[in-house]
Amino acid sequence: MALNVWKYASPQTFYPLAGRLVPWFFTLAAVLAVVGLYIGFFVAPTDFQQGESYRIIFIHVPAAWMSMFLYIVMAFWCAVGMVFNTRLSFMMALAIAPTGAMFTFVALWTGSLWGKPTWGTWWVWDARLTSELILLFLYIGFMSLHAAIDDVRRADRAAGLLALVGAINVPIIYFSVKWWNTLHQGASVSLSRSPSMASTMLTAMLLMSLAAWMYAIAVSFVRVRAIILERESESDWVHELRSAAA
Amino acid sequence: MNWGSAQAFFAMGGYALYVWGAYGVAAACILLELWVLHRRHRTLKRDLSRRDADGSSGQT
Repeated sequence: MALNVWKYASPQTFYPLAGRLVPWFFTLAAVLAVVGLYIGFFVAPTDFQQGESYRIIFIHVPAAWMSMFLYIVMAFWCAVGMVFNTRLSFMMALAIAPTGAMFTFVALWTGSLWGKPTWGTWWVWDARLTSELILLFLYIGFMSLHAAIDDVRRADRAAGLLALVGAINVPIIYFSVKWWNTLHQGASVSLSRSPSMASTMLTAMLLMSLAAWMYAIAVSFVRVRAIILERESESDWVHELRSAAA
Repeated sequence: MNWGSAQAFFAMGGYALYVWGAYGVAAACILLELWVLHRRHRTLKRDLSRRDADGSSGQT
């Protein structure tokens, strides 16, 4: 079985595989999002404290989870690339970064719009919000550093190192609500106890999170295909692929 | 069902600006990302075809 894993680690075999999987992941994302939004807006009850403003949760929490999760995946691929020197690993990391940055921005934006009616302020410099903002800067820094270095292999390694060092920020974001006094509420969902919210709310939030996850996979596969073509455009297999398609 | 009317739905109990502001911008971000990606693939294809054409004319 190990053989199969390494087989798909080559850009040449991964390119068509990703192409076949993309429509499935987009479809899954769309279906999950429609069901999640339906439950979130039409089935889940009004919150007795926050009224309807709490419905921002169905986009805010999935975006925030994905912002952290995608960073971990990106740093993981950077580590794999640095240890095994596999071409595809850094391409995956590069393909994930813009989507991770997008989700981080959405988490910050929706959080701000949720903070105003519930806390009375758009923004505070507390631990959770500040560390999430730093996450956005880490994504942007990763992409800028990579773009600033002409030699692709050196760019991969330099940006990869930045991604790995920055990974320390992710547990800081996650535990910030426990470690420091903060306006941000604690985790509503954790592995150690039952969630502190109505089950329909939780269902909608989990469906939206799955939708965000499937979307992230689909989009990064599309992007990694572009990166593969850009980087390997001189290789024989890209020429063969293109002449076969023409 | 939570809402008596479409109007009540869009009013979001007085939080329309916040709720729709959040979902609207999130949707815009996703659409922007898809559009940028679509353009990237299109330009890439064009560049590669041009390079193919240049390459074959150079060889002959």
